[in-house]
Order: sequence, then C-alpha cells, then structure tokens
Amino acid sequence: MFQLIKMAYRNLNRNRRRSILSALAVSLGLALLLFMAAIIKGEIQGAMQTTIALQTGDLQVRAASYVEEKSSLKWQDLIANPDQVAAQVKSVPHVTIATPRLFATGIINTPSEAVGVQLMGIDPASEANAPIVKGMIAGNFITADDQNGIVIGQTLAQKLGVKVGDQIDLSANTSNGDINEQNFIVRGIFLTDTPAYDKGTILMPLAKAQAFTATQNHASTIFIMLDDRDQSNAVAAALTSPNYQVLTWQKMNDLVIQLEQLANSYMVLFYLIVLGITATVIVNTLIMAVYERTREIGILAAIGMKGRRIMSLFLTEAGMLALGGIAFGLVLGSLLSMYFGKYGFYIGNIGLNYQFLLGDRIYPILTTSDAINLTIIALVITLIASLYPAVLAAQLEPVEALHGK
Amino acid sequence: MEVAKIENVTKTFKIGEVETRALRGVDLSIENGEFTALVGPSGSGKTTLLQLIGCLDQPTSGKVFINGKDVTKLNRNQRADLRKSALGFVFQFFALIPTLTAYENVEMPLLLDHHSATERRERVNQLLVSVGLADRAHHRPDQLSGGEQQRVAVARALATNPSLILADEPTANLDTENGRQVMEIMQKLNNETGVTYVFATHDPRVIKYAKRVVTLRDGVIVENNGANKK
Repeated sequence: MFQLIKMAYRNLNRNRRRSILSALAVSLGLALLLFMAAIIKGEIQGAMQTTIALQTGDLQVRAASYVEEKSSLKWQDLIANPDQVAAQVKSVPHVTIATPRLFATGIINTPSEAVGVQLMGIDPASEANAPIVKGMIAGNFITADDQNGIVIGQTLAQKLGVKVGDQIDLSANTSNGDINEQNFIVRGIFLTDTPAYDKGTILMPLAKAQAFTATQNHASTIFIMLDDRDQSNAVAAALTSPNYQVLTWQKMNDLVIQLEQLANSYMVLFYLIVLGITATVIVNTLIMAVYERTREIGILAAIGMKGRRIMSLFLTEAGMLALGGIAFGLVLGSLLSMYFGKYGFYIGNIGLNYQFLLGDRIYPILTTSDAINLTIIALVITLIASLYPAVLAAQLEPVEALHGK
Repeated sequence: MEVAKIENVTKTFKIGEVETRALRGVDLSIENGEFTALVGPSGSGKTTLLQLIGCLDQPTSGKVFINGKDVTKLNRNQRADLRKSALGFVFQFFALIPTLTAYENVEMPLLLDHHSATERRERVNQLLVSVGLADRAHHRPDQLSGGEQQRVAVARALATNPSLILADEPTANLDTENGRQVMEIMQKLNNETGVTYVFATHDPRVIKYAKRVVTLRDGVIVENNGANKK
C-alpha cells in the first residue's frame, strides 16, 4: 500500500502543474458548494429568526375563529380581555414574553397615492418590541398613552417623504365594517434591515389601535416568546383551549420551512452539476495519464501487476488529487463563509412579503454537517468518476500496452 | 527439464480487414539452463513467439507450456501470477518505471510477489551488485545511461528467481560496448545460476553469445542449431 501511495504521489508530481490545476478544480468546486450551502442556510435561518422576532414569535394564541389572511377585526374572531389572557400565558413555564397585539390593514392617503400598510397595535412597554426599539434611527418609540403617535419603517417614511413630527393621514377598517380615518404624528422611524417590514409596517399603542378600529379591549393575538424554542410544542399543548388556537413558530413559518426544503432539493441538483464538472476535470487528467503511461502500464502488467492493482494505482492518484483539492477547498469555502458570515453581503429588497421577512444582508452559516456531507460527496463522486480511467488502465492488454497502443 | 514448450502454435493478427499470420505452426522446446537466441529478419515472428512464451499474449491456436503448465488455459490474473513468479522480461526499449529508482524498479516484482522487506533488501542489493550497479541504486532511470538502464532491467527480470528470462532485442538501443556488457552479464548469470534465457535478436554480435540459435522466417522455424544445448 505504501509503495502504491509512493508511486501515485510521484506520478502526480511528474506533471505537477496539471495535477495542481486538477486539484484546484476540485477545490474551487467544493469551496463554491460550501459557500452556497452556507448562503442558503444563512438566508433561511436569518429569515426564520427575523420573521419570528418581528412577526410570529415562538407561539401565538388566537381566537379559535381567527383567520390570519383576513386580518379579521370582528370581536368574535379576536381575543377578549387580552391583557388578562397574556398574564395567564406568562405564568406558563418557559414563557418569557406574552403580549397582546392587534393587526389591521390600513391605507395611508397622500395627495398623490394611497399606500397599503399593516397596522399593528402593540404594548409599547413589552420586551417583544426590542428588535424595533433597537432599530430606532430617528425620534422616539411610542408610549402606551399616546393618542395620535405612531412609528414607521424608514423605507415607508422615505416613500411618503415624511420625517419625525410630520403628520400622516391613515385610514383603517373597523370591527363593524366601517372605515375610520385620522391624522397621526410620526414619533419615530425604525430600520430593522428587513425591507418588507420597513416599507409597510406602522406601530401604534394597542389602546389607540383598539379605539381606532373599534375593537375595544380585544386583540388579534397573544405574541409569545419562550426561553427555549424547542419547548414550543410542549407549551402549545399546555395552552390548548377550545376557545383558542395555539400556533407554533413551525406552523406559522411553514412557508420558510417549505422554502428551505425546496432550496435543499435544488442544492442537491446544484451539487451534482458542480461536482460533475470537477469530476470531469479529474477524469480528463487521469485519461491523459493513462494514454501517456500506456507503455508503463504494459511494463507493470508484464512483470505481474494485476489489473486490480493497476486500477488501485490510478484510484490512489485520483484519491490524492481529490483529497488535496478537498482540503484546500474546505479551507477556502470555510474562510469565505466565515468572512461573509461576519460582514454579510447586501442583497437589498428582493420583494418578499410578510410571510418571509428576509433581511437586506445575508450572513452565510456553514454548518459542520454541511461541511462533512459535501466533503464526503465530493470525494465519493470524484472516486466514482475516476473508476472509468482506472478500469481503462486495468483492462489494457499487456502486449498492446507495451507497444504504446 | 523443459522450461517452455510450444506445440503447433499459430498467431494471426487482424488489422482492419487484413489478416497477418505472424506464426504459422511453431513447435519449440526450451530446456532448463539454455541460452537461446531467436533470430530472423524483421517480421519473421520472433517477438510474437517471445510474447507467447512470456504469457503476454495468447496464441490463435496451439499450446504453450511453461514449467509443464498449459498457459493457454489460464485466465488474465493467472497469467499475471505466472509472469510474476516464473518469468522475467528484458525489453528492447529501456522498460523501467521512470518515477522509481533503480533499486525500486528491481524491488517491484518482489513487492508484487509479497516478499518480506528483509528478503527484498537482500535480493535487490545482491542483484544490483551482480549487474555492477550497486553505486547507482538510488538513481532514477533518467539519471542512468542506456546500458545501465538495461542492466537494471536484467536485474529486475531476475528478481523473483524466475525459471525463464525473455529478452526482446536487449541490445538494439545500446552502443557496442554497452551491448557487450549486457550480454556478458546475462551470460555470466546464465552460467552461474543456470537461469534460462531466450532472446530475440538479429544482431550478429549478440548471436555469438548464444548456445543455441533458432531461426524464424515468415512465421516458421527454418533452422534450429545446437538444439537444447546447455
């Protein structure tokens, strides 16, 4: 075996530049795959974290008849006495935050256009607002007793051409089917780096939202955060009641989960294409080696080397090329993922809606399992592809090979 | 004792639609310890005959026996095993593995034959001394002269103590002095160890070393001088 490795190493060294370039093809292929896998993972995890933090929470309790898509404001579709319900929820183990929120669709009227927004009534004191409070870039966050104050996203503010202290004309549906209209003052502007959220969300105190939409003392949902997300099913079970529906983050983010599964399926195809190309480079190198060394193969066969061992020699060469390439590719892919994982790269607003809140930067995440799986796949595909030249070499007839045929 | 026996062997090559009959019914017996030259003009069939004796190729018809075993019935792997243990080859071109040193080239058949490290070391050193290349052991083929390379090939052919060495035009690419050295080494080893040599040549300076000369023309043996002389 040692002799085989020594021979393979020396054979690769004969045409060092060609060997290095072939290994480099594997390196670049693997680095690309690792980076792509890290981007997908980063994108999905980022979207999931953002959507949970800004939109869904770990759990939500809603009235049994509430339908999210309709943003219903009918009292029977809402939770009555939401503060009381939130307090009960808060007493359940693992629940760290439980706060009522009211959702309504609204329209901002400007002299030139009407802009659709999502109106959200919140408890301004709740820690659940931390991602928005942290993202305040102008003015102040609203207070519970503010009767005409709102905060809006930066993209929306820019679109409307408003700044802190300006008034906007907002209309929204009410629980009895009417439309209410009022001027509100922009108290502050936030930037969550989540384009879909920043361009279409208006926050106001829950009490004011209830008054504005005629949903007195009702809320659309109790927004819940847990100290351990893995406990969400257990907590959901504990909260189950005939009057309420309890939704976990998985259920509320099934679009993100489906998208992850879809992305993973496409990635498998992408892996096969990239690794197919890199394997072709290795196969090409080995086929050239077989033709260049036909006479040598004949000599080895003449002195008694069996086809199996000749095949092993070429597979060892392929293995060494693959391992060298993979090692460098692993380093390259990891460094790329680490660099962009730290600084991210800007993707801007790619036009997704509230069900998939994607930040304007992707921070790639390279997981150990992705790195291990891709490394093994790259090695296996390269070795399988190398079987062809190896078998070609092993099947050469000694007498023909000796004549270089 | 017969080392090799050829019975009514024919060999036909088909190139495209054209069939060439390289051997047309050859009978030959090689006894242990012979130093035999196969001679004849180009195309007479001597290399083909050598390849059939060496189990590098299969006859179209007829039988080839090595040490009493009918090798035409052996499969590819069995023929490789036989070449490894019972046969040695010296080719016209300096058939060494370019990435291996002289020592490693001689060692290769012993590795394939699963000899221990100690056995290999002793045998390789002994063979390199016997061909006068002990001081060139760790040189690669491109650092050796043609004559030295061919002497390494002789040493390699002898590595596993085969019963028969087959040499195809062993001096064809050597100058007179190197050709003489190679032939004298082969002759010396034949005399000292009794190993059998069959070499194909058309060089009169080489033929003079032979104890027996078998002449081929157009695929048949036309002359067999000094038959089975040891």
